[in-house]
Amino acid sequence: MDTSTLFDFSPLVQDFDKIIAGFWATIRLTVMSAVLALVLGTVLAAMRVAPTPVLRWAGAAYVNVVRNTPLTLVLILCALGLSDAMQLTFSDEPSTNYYWWAVTGLSAYTAAFVCEALRSGINTVSVGQAEAARAIGLTFTQSLRLVVLPQAFRTVISPLGSILIALTKNTTIVIVGSYIEAAAQMKQMFDDYGGTIPIFLGFAFGYMVLTLPTGFFFGWLAKRMAVAR
Amino acid sequence: MSTNVLFDLPGPRTRLRNNVLTLLSAAVLLLIAYLVIAKLGEKGQLDAAKWEPFLRGDTWTGFIIPGLISTLQAAAVAAVLAMAFGVLFGLGRLSDHRVIRVFCGGVVEFFRAIPLLILIFFVQAGPATLSGYTVSVPAFWAVVVGLTLYNGSVLAEIVRAGILAVPRGQSEAAYAIGLRKSEVMRLVLVPQATTAMMPAIVSQMVVLLKDTALGWIIAYEDLLNNGLKQFAVNYGNLIPSAIVLALIYVAINLALGWLAHRLERRNRRSRKSAAGPVTPPSAIGTGGGRSGGPGREAVATME
Repeated sequence: MDTSTLFDFSPLVQDFDKIIAGFWATIRLTVMSAVLALVLGTVLAAMRVAPTPVLRWAGAAYVNVVRNTPLTLVLILCALGLSDAMQLTFSDEPSTNYYWWAVTGLSAYTAAFVCEALRSGINTVSVGQAEAARAIGLTFTQSLRLVVLPQAFRTVISPLGSILIALTKNTTIVIVGSYIEAAAQMKQMFDDYGGTIPIFLGFAFGYMVLTLPTGFFFGWLAKRMAVAR
Repeated sequence: MSTNVLFDLPGPRTRLRNNVLTLLSAAVLLLIAYLVIAKLGEKGQLDAAKWEPFLRGDTWTGFIIPGLISTLQAAAVAAVLAMAFGVLFGLGRLSDHRVIRVFCGGVVEFFRAIPLLILIFFVQAGPATLSGYTVSVPAFWAVVVGLTLYNGSVLAEIVRAGILAVPRGQSEAAYAIGLRKSEVMRLVLVPQATTAMMPAIVSQMVVLLKDTALGWIIAYEDLLNNGLKQFAVNYGNLIPSAIVLALIYVAINLALGWLAHRLERRNRRSRKSAAGPVTPPSAIGTGGGRSGGPGREAVATME
């Protein structure tokens, strides 16, 4: 192979529509999983701070198991285990089915981290705040709504941003679950054109276009909403 | 409960209500567990034939233990290399020379911004193409190099945060007694920073160990591959195998997490270091300063 093909950016141009389709799949996976993970994570966080020991225990068990399992294994279990071996399917259309199983796996995994971020946010609110709220006569729901949660949510903006970025990068692992997104597309192009630097840099750039603005947006938001302590 | 932000000490009526809630939630959880088990049973996943292989010695000696050893091998080699990478680039980012600082910063931020998997793909396919298909990178090295570059970059941020967490008075005092730049670093800053960043380093090792599972995708014969591809195909028991493997990973990672927790507690008590504990770095731009700030520890092992 001569050096001219090593720095050949033309594959990126030739397959431009496929690359865009790949990243669009990445975005679809990320957004849907992020929404579901936020919902499930909030439920788990509520369980972990509940006054009921059974719920606290169940929430802790879920978080500790899922957080310490490789995402690869979670996604394999979803796509090859639950979908293929057990024939539980969302849809007869394979791409729709595998999309939803990928989303299920990603959001089940991410929810454990969302839960821990929210919980640590609640823990950063000092007890004095709650005591003061109670002292001026606020009820339980009022102190939660007006004092504790607003402060907790503001502290977790930055960790939630980190989670969203990690989720975007983690969507690449969906390749084990028969759903085509950007990383699978890059693998395909490596097989077609060889593993050249331009293809790698092109996809690396694509991911940076997704992750860097997310990071700066959440950084800006966290700074803007910061609680003065 | 007296130190809880959310609730007051419960009175008699609240205690009764809590007890009712406990019963109710226990019932709901048992129902969910029952439904899951019933579904597994209905699909034949609980058949003795699917679980029986795990009771035989050759399953463990033939598949699981060799897989576990390959996983631990890849993790150990990558951990050592990543640590070296992290120290080199972490200190590089603190260099007095602008060129070194900018170069190290660029490298670290690049590897942290892209997914590990596309890096592993490139490490595997790149050298072959670039050498005109005379070199082939074994799957082991593709996994190890990928893990090294990514985790090394995260460790570089931890090292940098650790050094910066040592109060400035320490290095000023060291300069005042006439130590040179390298001596200040070697004798004063690094030892204290090491204590401060130990917990963050151990929790990064959990990430590294979990990420060895990516070896599945490029057919490295790790725990996941041995247990799920080779073994499960023979017995058609993917779901039981996945459950057993998950338990193995969880056990190892919980042990590591426990170690990190202990180190942190010991660190908090000890007076060997003037630096407070370092939290793992947050993603680029998301703020929280040099280290992640509150909540970052909670999400540190996600990627």
